[in-house]
Amino acid sequence: MTELSLRLAVSLAQIAAVMGIVMLTVMILTLAERKVLGWMQDRMGPMEVGPYGILQPIADGLKLFFKEDIVPAGANKAMFTLAPILAMVPAMIGFAVIPFGPNVTVDVFGITIKPFVISDINIGVLYILAFASIGAYGIILGGWSSNSKYSLLGGLRSAAQVISYELNVGLAIVGVLLLSGSLSLVTITQAQAGGFWHWFIWGARPDGFFPIHTQIFAFVVFVISAVAETNRVPFDLPEAESELVAGFFTEYSGMRFAFFFIAEYANMVLVSCVAASLFLGGWNAPYPGTILGYAGLEQLAWIENVAWFTLKVYMFLFLFFWLRATLPRLRYDQLMRFGWKVMLPIALANIVVTAITAYFFPR
Amino acid sequence: MEQIFFFYFAFVIAATSMLVVAMRNPVYSALALLIMFFHVAGLYVTLHAEFLAAVQIIVYAGAILVLYLFVVMLLNLKQDDRYHRQWPMAAAVGVTLFVEAIILTVMRGWTAPLVATGTETTVGEAGNTEAIGDVLYSTYLFPFEVASLILLVAMIGAIVLAKKDLSEVNSEG
Repeated sequence: MTELSLRLAVSLAQIAAVMGIVMLTVMILTLAERKVLGWMQDRMGPMEVGPYGILQPIADGLKLFFKEDIVPAGANKAMFTLAPILAMVPAMIGFAVIPFGPNVTVDVFGITIKPFVISDINIGVLYILAFASIGAYGIILGGWSSNSKYSLLGGLRSAAQVISYELNVGLAIVGVLLLSGSLSLVTITQAQAGGFWHWFIWGARPDGFFPIHTQIFAFVVFVISAVAETNRVPFDLPEAESELVAGFFTEYSGMRFAFFFIAEYANMVLVSCVAASLFLGGWNAPYPGTILGYAGLEQLAWIENVAWFTLKVYMFLFLFFWLRATLPRLRYDQLMRFGWKVMLPIALANIVVTAITAYFFPR
Repeated sequence: MEQIFFFYFAFVIAATSMLVVAMRNPVYSALALLIMFFHVAGLYVTLHAEFLAAVQIIVYAGAILVLYLFVVMLLNLKQDDRYHRQWPMAAAVGVTLFVEAIILTVMRGWTAPLVATGTETTVGEAGNTEAIGDVLYSTYLFPFEVASLILLVAMIGAIVLAKKDLSEVNSEG
């Protein structure tokens, strides 16, 4: 029984650490987004709170925490409360299977743990997809329970959009699954070790450089669909401020609003982590091995690996901001046509091509 | 331990299934169905069928039920409209099922239960997903293909129903 409680304690510590890092990243993102947008538009961004405005996220958090919590008249109170929770939980729970660093094991008090992944389950990718699809309920119910036209329209748009693009996300990763032969994110990342040409975006065979299994089309489909699934610009139809006030969270204020907000940013971090793990080699450096490993500091090599993972994730997060500063919003029919008539055929063709090359040139 | 989990899942599945038909508000019905899907997935996990559990949530909870919710929210049903005089039909179906259940319970002693060919160890060695793929494309290839053909027919049917008449389109433009 002591072993069980020890395992529980270790797991809880891991969960707390990952939650802390994710929340910290979300805080950084709220500031980084305003700063990056400001620079791109030749502004300063927030400058008032703290030196160079770096304490702005704390001020925002405190403001939301102390704001009055308003429930609109005629709203369904239970659903109105449930919706932000339903949006937040799936965004957080997906991090359980993300490998942040190398697949090493550490013995703590006689039990073996993997310090860089909370749970290496053999259906990791499907687990993330499953909970990503649950996130739509928070948005739909939030829209429905607010008793507001704008909220309802935002919720409905979101439902259609999430279903359409979730399909593309699922199909885009099939090529990677075919090549790695596994659904576990740890195994998939390990299959991409040994230099950037082995990352699935290029897909060279283990014995060569030629990118025969390249997944670059799947990568593009995945990234675009991930932007759409997180309701970010240019696919932010559910919260289009020029048409729908603020979409599904028009009626929300205070901490309930903060939950939706955190969920959106946590989802961005999650899809960035998944994209980095599936297509860009996860924790693997773009060169074989690690520099610290060659220097004889094998036990410190994880620092380098985690740094590479962080760099890749932040690169994707920057892409989100970049798209927001650059692209105008799509019209709704354009959004649907793009999803079903452009993204879906590309993803399907990629599966066929990858299956053929994987059959004739097995890895 | 496993028994406790089984009874928990079974109880919640039974309770929420009843709530689905008993709730007055159709949105609550849909949510009860969502809880039920999750617990069915939980049952699959206790059977070491993780792949099935994930697919259960992706397909039923993530796609089909969202569409239901979509329709239910748009229709904005008046609560009285949902209750027609269904008692004779419901009684007939209920009595039939009840009799069947009793007969099956009584007959259970006479025949040995069916045993699945794949054991837990064979599944554990190859991995859950591989085991399903293996069986689907070898032993159950024919039913699998038949099922996909039926789905294709349903898809074509949906397109035909949703599409405007071709002659109509021609006359318009």
